[in-house]
Amino acid sequence: MIVLKAENITKAYDGVKVIHNINMHLKKGEIVSLLGVSGVGKTTLFHILSGLFEPDEGRVMLNGEDITGKSGKISYMQQKDLLLPHKKIIDNVSMPCVIKGMKKKEARKKVELLFRQFGLEGCEYKYPSQLSGGMRQRAAFLRTYVSSNGVALLDEPFSALDTLTKSSMHKWYLNMMDQIEMGTLFITHDIHEAIHLSDRIYVLGGKPGIIKGEICIEQEKPRKEEFEFSKEYAEYKRQIVDALTAQA
Amino acid sequence: MRRRFQSITNKLPAIISMGILLALWHFLCITKVVPDFMLPSPKAVAIAFYEDLDLILEHAGVTLTEAFYGLLIGILFAFVIATVMERWNVMYQAFYPIMIVTQTIPTIAIAPLLVLWMGFGMEPKVTLVAITTFFPVAVGLLDGYKSVDCDYIHLMRSMGASRYRIFVNVKLPGALPHFFSGLKVSTSYAVVGAVISEWLGGFEGLGVYMTRVKKAYAFDRMFAVILFIVVISLLLMLLVNLMKTICMPWIRMEKRREK
Repeated sequence: MIVLKAENITKAYDGVKVIHNINMHLKKGEIVSLLGVSGVGKTTLFHILSGLFEPDEGRVMLNGEDITGKSGKISYMQQKDLLLPHKKIIDNVSMPCVIKGMKKKEARKKVELLFRQFGLEGCEYKYPSQLSGGMRQRAAFLRTYVSSNGVALLDEPFSALDTLTKSSMHKWYLNMMDQIEMGTLFITHDIHEAIHLSDRIYVLGGKPGIIKGEICIEQEKPRKEEFEFSKEYAEYKRQIVDALTAQA
Repeated sequence: MRRRFQSITNKLPAIISMGILLALWHFLCITKVVPDFMLPSPKAVAIAFYEDLDLILEHAGVTLTEAFYGLLIGILFAFVIATVMERWNVMYQAFYPIMIVTQTIPTIAIAPLLVLWMGFGMEPKVTLVAITTFFPVAVGLLDGYKSVDCDYIHLMRSMGASRYRIFVNVKLPGALPHFFSGLKVSTSYAVVGAVISEWLGGFEGLGVYMTRVKKAYAFDRMFAVILFIVVISLLLMLLVNLMKTICMPWIRMEKRREK
């Protein structure tokens, strides 16, 4: 079942087209990555999908409803965790509920139960500065989940983490996605990360940015370490590299 | 224990330099390099302070009241103006140059005018303090509002937050460190501003006391009250630091983590 659909999205800044005629979709519980070199328009596309910017052409559909230019419908997690330093973790996480009109006490109660599930037990009343990078990212992900309507956009969620933390976060992320069934579209520069985590990969390239390729990773998750050394992995990688380097 | 020891060693250079300054002052006095009537010795100043303590405290009460009301009005105006300027860019363009111009007018030049317009009571003093304390707080708040990472604003907007919610949850807390930096400067300006305005016309306050002892050529008392003003200003700045620590507990956590 398709939950999010982008139809013919085009956007220009000062007369210069950044992305052109983007068509993509996301199914329920699916993990889809968006790969592309820097400056190709990935973040612009995310800003449009989340309703922060309006496209010049095209529309964004969420569960059949046109949400083009409407913010607050799809949750959006950016590269930095963006936890408000002056709020305790529980208040950061429950903020989407408070914004939607819930009382602070009620909102805290609602999210409190999720802390254990997300491996954040004991962090509820700490400030963000008291947590490690990985734990902060988990808290940001929980906040994204709380505000999601079954769909989340993640802009390079693991890029700021060190290799070891990133690897453990990948495992944690796949495990969480298995439990919560939230459709996520995430931006990454890392081909390995995209193959390792995604069900499908969109490759964005060119100027203006267009979808250069759509690759389905037909391998059961969680993917074993041996997969990285398999022929299939090499083939997926080749397809991605070909799409990334293909001329418009 | 180690942290406390480190805190003491951090303060050591300041204590030593002040001690050297005091010793130099004493040396200049006992060797009569500078005559007594021009530079009274630290001992003479201490004695004068002790003898006039009741009177100084009585005048200080008046000065501090003026400084307090003036500072309060200055902060309120700064908050309103800075917030309005942040919200509507046209207001920023309209008021910012005026704000800068007001700061180029010397305090000493406005004080007699205020006395002329408002009389010798508390009003001109409070007004002068409000004018001098307004600017650092307003500029601090404006800088603070503008320094907020726009990704936080994007995040809030993606959650469907209103302008008000963004202001309360992101901009205002983000501006707090800048606000307290401005407030620290304003607090010292408040006492000095009140004293200057008393100097130029009034019946009570540390400024009035200073003019009286000056006319009596009692420079030891003059020095005593100057040092007293310095101590008051430092204590008020300390109070601002304390308020900052209480209002922003997360900064304490961040510093602890950095250590």
